[in-house]
Amino acid sequence: MTAIAGEPTGLAQEVNTAHNAWGREGAQDRSVTAERLNHMQLLEAESIHIIREVVAEFQKPVMLYSIGKDSSVMLRLAQKAFHPAPIPFPLLHVDTGFKFREMIDFRDRYTAELGVKLLVWRNEEAIARGANPVQLGTQRCCGLLKTQALLDGLRAYGFDAAFGGARRDEEKSRAKERIFSFRDSAGQWDPKNQRPELWNLFNGRIGQGESIRVFPLSNWTELDIWHYIHLEKIPIVPLYLAKERQMLVRGDSLIPLEQPFVKGLPGEEQWVKCRLRSLGCSPCTGAIRSDADSVPKIIAELAQMRNSERANRIIDHDQDGSMELKKREGYF
Amino acid sequence: MADSTYNAAAVLEPDEIDLRIEEQLAAERAKDLLRFSTAGSVDDGKSTLIGRLLYDSRNVYDDHVRAVTHNAEIDFAQLTDGLRAEREQGITIDVAYRFFSTAKRKFIIADTPGHEQYTRNMATGASTADVAIVLVDARKGILDQTRRHACIASLLGIPVVIAAINKMDLVGFSEEVFAQHSRALEALAKQLEIADLRVVPVSALAGDNVVQRSGRTPWYSGPSLLELLETVPLAIERSHAGLRFPVQRVVRPHQDFRGFAGQINAGTVRPGDEVVALPSGRRTRVRTIATWDGDLAVARAPQSVVLTLEDETDLSRGDMISAANAQPHRTRHFKATLVWMQTKPLRVGEAFLLKHTSQMVRAHVTAIHSRIDVEHLEQNEATQLGLNDIGEVTLETTRPLLADLYRENRTTGSFILIDAEDNATAGAGMIRAISDTREKESKDNRSTHGVLVVGNRAELASQLETTLLETGVLVLRTRTAVSPALVALARLGAFILVESDEHTPITLTPVHGTGTIHSELATEDANEILEAVRRLGAIPDGEDENDDGLGI
Repeated sequence: MTAIAGEPTGLAQEVNTAHNAWGREGAQDRSVTAERLNHMQLLEAESIHIIREVVAEFQKPVMLYSIGKDSSVMLRLAQKAFHPAPIPFPLLHVDTGFKFREMIDFRDRYTAELGVKLLVWRNEEAIARGANPVQLGTQRCCGLLKTQALLDGLRAYGFDAAFGGARRDEEKSRAKERIFSFRDSAGQWDPKNQRPELWNLFNGRIGQGESIRVFPLSNWTELDIWHYIHLEKIPIVPLYLAKERQMLVRGDSLIPLEQPFVKGLPGEEQWVKCRLRSLGCSPCTGAIRSDADSVPKIIAELAQMRNSERANRIIDHDQDGSMELKKREGYF
Repeated sequence: MADSTYNAAAVLEPDEIDLRIEEQLAAERAKDLLRFSTAGSVDDGKSTLIGRLLYDSRNVYDDHVRAVTHNAEIDFAQLTDGLRAEREQGITIDVAYRFFSTAKRKFIIADTPGHEQYTRNMATGASTADVAIVLVDARKGILDQTRRHACIASLLGIPVVIAAINKMDLVGFSEEVFAQHSRALEALAKQLEIADLRVVPVSALAGDNVVQRSGRTPWYSGPSLLELLETVPLAIERSHAGLRFPVQRVVRPHQDFRGFAGQINAGTVRPGDEVVALPSGRRTRVRTIATWDGDLAVARAPQSVVLTLEDETDLSRGDMISAANAQPHRTRHFKATLVWMQTKPLRVGEAFLLKHTSQMVRAHVTAIHSRIDVEHLEQNEATQLGLNDIGEVTLETTRPLLADLYRENRTTGSFILIDAEDNATAGAGMIRAISDTREKESKDNRSTHGVLVVGNRAELASQLETTLLETGVLVLRTRTAVSPALVALARLGAFILVESDEHTPITLTPVHGTGTIHSELATEDANEILEAVRRLGAIPDGEDENDDGLGI
């Protein structure tokens, strides 16, 4: 496998890149000879269409970049949508200050390499006051460091459309999310009053102060994401891959020891071969025991998996329907 | 960057296990995708059926099952009922999308509510579906809501309808009951022109014939519901269909590259293909299909690509690159089936924004012909359409659409109406008939306009003038040489006869929106000339043969 150095990154690129992973023969394999496209090709085509519609119809779009696998796929689709032109919008990372160090390193190096513009927004006031999930509870911590920071960031820059990498298969309330999700001037979502979405026609009309969240990966599943990462050789944060890591082991939970306030009792800190299935803030993201040290092994592991992707996210389980509550308030 | 530390995947050589997995992955990727919609009412057991389908095909995670297991009983309906509000009401209130896969196919379910006030959601789910599952309660048979679901599936052009006769356990798995409902459903399908109807006896609660064939329906030898979904033939994109490529955006990173980004709505495209840029009518050839993965040798619907053309061509968002030999209609007047989605009723004369492919135009409703009673399958006269009504209307747009009939192309044949005041999506429409201006206009003669040069044939000029005036056409006779001013006058709606002292050939210049096409007429007979005038769009050499609009 080649590293990302050989990949096109922006303006005048080679049109025929040799790295193509859809087949051994390179680009010609992407030409379709079968009567129907396969599901990966259909998903890719749909997502590119969505991303282009937003750029055509909005004044100031931005792509929310969370450094995770879904963001990485979304970023690749954006490159494809505008090729050979560069991506015509910036990325925005809402940083809680609790992201894994490896995530931040990856973010800075990868975005620099691609030549995309990266904006970082933090709720500095709350961070300075020492907001953390242990003191505030995950609900309030997320509200301040994620939801509030996101809304403030979008407002400060005046973005009228924000791409997010959420998928409908992640969580029950996301199953009802539109691809173009309308938000009122307070950034809030009203699940009972969503714009109907038919065919591939999206209504991007908004009034003053209103905005749209756009989810180009709506119809992708977790497995599709990994297949695509594999196929396209998309770089990912190594935290997704299994290796021996020092963890706080408590019952079935493996909690990363990244933050000083995450402290184990004697004997709880152990070296475990594990990986993260989804990336969030380190105090609230549990790891899973795993030997999957490559993308194909992750895919094979997922096929066997009996628990959902967000089962290891502490924040989704605080309260029955907690994701829906957060979304109504403006969370992604 | 080979030693890149932030991408461990990149530095790892695939090991033996990876290579072994790889083969399975290739098979997984090659699967096709079937989208189906489900409609059913509160008591039909629709959520239970979907929950059962997912559970029995091993597509549900343990933590999700645990969350809905009470006293060791799994509540299948709750596996798919999402929102808090609907859990409180005990009903599904919005379209929810579910994903699952089997060894044969990947599936996307658009799970739509069956309650009457949510017709718009049902239409939403149906708009992209390949298959519709309609639930029928075995104890009740065909109800109003069954007809409604089947009717909407038919109107939205879903090719295959599967009727799942549910709760067979409550009628003792009676063959008699099943046969009776099947006959009624077949009659319904015939009435609604549903070409492909399948009927399956199931019990969602007990799992009979959902995934596994049931031993309790020995009289039924057909496939289970899942087997049907896995094998039902998918509409194959007709490769002979003419190319439809609405331009989403012009891609121009530097002076040497000008491409047109879009999603192929129909047909296939190869470098060298002859295409026409619409609405300008300029013919050219495809130079490259440019993508991030390199230039392609062929691309087909619904791929998203960038096309570059041989000649410098004026195209922007909303325009279309079409097959030269099979062009779409260009129309400002068409009849459509409209699903009304706003509380505010639709009345004749009201204006909206209309989005069709990548084009946004202003439009107004010139007539409401009928309201479809989707429960009794009747068309009733109507003067307005209320929320969740479906009706037949005629629309007029300010600029022409490049469109096909919905039954020929669900993408170029569909549109949405947007309320310009509150930006809500007010309605969704399917184009049923495109007024062929060549015929329609010749009947009322309102819009025959153009410039006809007759030379020194004064008698012919008088004859034409009289006939045209009698049929209500504004005629201007002049001896001024053809000039842009005359074309501009013609564009305003006049028909201009240009005379001179010379015996020049008779030429006709019909006016089309922004373009004009000049043609020489091979006849001096007044009636034949009038016929040509009435068929202004039909240019004898085959140019612009699909044009039906006169750009009124």
